[in-house]
This record gives sequence, C-alpha cells and structure tokens, in this order.
Amino acid sequence: MMAMAIDILSWILLVAGAGFLLIGGIGVLRLPDVYTRAHAAGITDTLGADLILVGLMLQGGFTLVTVKLALIMIFIFFTSPTSTHALIHTAHADGLKPVLGDPSKDAPGKTADRKGNGPS
Amino acid sequence: MSGIMTPLLIGLGVASCILVLIITIRMDIVDRESAPIHLTWRSILYMPWLAWEIVKANIDVARVVLHPRLPISPTLIHVKPTQKSDLALVFYANSITLTPGTISVDVDHGDILVHAITRDAAAGLENGEMDRRVTQVAGEDN
Repeated sequence: MMAMAIDILSWILLVAGAGFLLIGGIGVLRLPDVYTRAHAAGITDTLGADLILVGLMLQGGFTLVTVKLALIMIFIFFTSPTSTHALIHTAHADGLKPVLGDPSKDAPGKTADRKGNGPS
Repeated sequence: MSGIMTPLLIGLGVASCILVLIITIRMDIVDRESAPIHLTWRSILYMPWLAWEIVKANIDVARVVLHPRLPISPTLIHVKPTQKSDLALVFYANSITLTPGTISVDVDHGDILVHAITRDAAAGLENGEMDRRVTQVAGEDN
C-alpha cells in the first residue's frame, strides 16, 4: 500500500516534470529573443529537472542511486544559473539589444521580428 | 558511489582526496570564498524559501508562455544589492537567475542589471525581499 502510494506520487512528479520540460521547449520556440528565451530555458533546468529528479529519487528509495540523484540536483542548482548568467552577460556585453516593452500590443503577429538585434 | 567497498577503491579515493587537498593548499586557493562552510546552516534555512519562490515563478512564466497572446513585457531594471562581499553578491545574483522570469545580466557592487520577462516579475524583485534574505544568510545584516 505504502509502496503504491510512493509509486503514484513518483509518477505524478515525473509527469509534471515532463510537462514543465515541454512548456520550457514551447517557450524557447515562441519567445522573441535570446533574453526572453533564456527565461523559458530556466523553466526546464529548475522545476522541470527538479521534479523529474525527485520523482526518480522516490523510485530509487533509500539507495545509492538516490544519493547520486541528489548530487546531480545540487550540481544543477549551482551550475545552471551560472551558465545562464554567462550566456546572457555575453549577449549583453556583445551589444545585443533586448526586445523591451510589450511587443504584442504595438505589432500584433510581429513579435518574432529581429528588430533591434544590431547588425546581423 | 558504485557500492563496491573494497579497501583498494576506498584507499585510492582517500589518497586522491589528500593529493587534491595538498595541491590546492600549495596553490593557496583554499579560503572562505572557495569553500563557504560558514554559510551552510543559514543557507539551509534559506533554501526552502528559495525553492518556493522558484516554484511560484515557474508557474508564472509557464502561464505567460502558454498564453495564446504571449503577454510578455520584457524589462531591464537596476536593483541595488545590499551585500558587501563578492560571495554574497554572487549568491544573490545566482538566486535572481535561478528564479525563472528574472536573469541577472550585469553584476557589480551596488548595482545589478536584471532582465525580467514581465513587469510583474520585475516588480516582485524590486520589493527587495530576496535581497534582504540573502544579506541575512551572509551575516551582513548588522
């Protein structure tokens, strides 16, 4: 009974994690520029990855596998914001202008144009 | 971590740890900044709050992404961090980036440039609660 409850909870977490990974992917495709896309990518490596890892930990139980999964979680926790910052900082330092304001209001259907992206 | 506990493997592991420690001490890079053990306990108290913020921010960004009209309003704001040490500043900047919807673009003492996906996300950061908590974790609030 207990095992089944843990199994159900684990699968709920895994499916929710997969859903957030999917949303992150949709976001990367829909958003207009590198800055906003990084936010969508942030969904995948925070909640998406963590939900899947916790779900897998529940499958693993009290074993070495769970310890390894916990370590993976800690490493992602520290490396993902650092790499996101490195990417965005480089884009900014290189003079890439972010799309600002509310692009959907002044130009409906043209949110994905590359205006303001500098010479390219 | 393989579950194989033979004396040879354990011995090799201990030997390589000692070797790395000797090399890093010789290189003089072991200090409070590279191994912030003194922050461990207070940061454990901070983690559940940060985790909850991350969950809330994730749901916000997911809703924006899935919304048919894609209601984004990307904003660049400057926030004034109150942390003094480099370590606490990095801790704060990483917390900002880790929360979806806000990314720290340029980090400097007394000024962090933040890109937010919506004005709401920017406003959530500007109320300064995360800044206050990080300063508290770093023990610089006195």
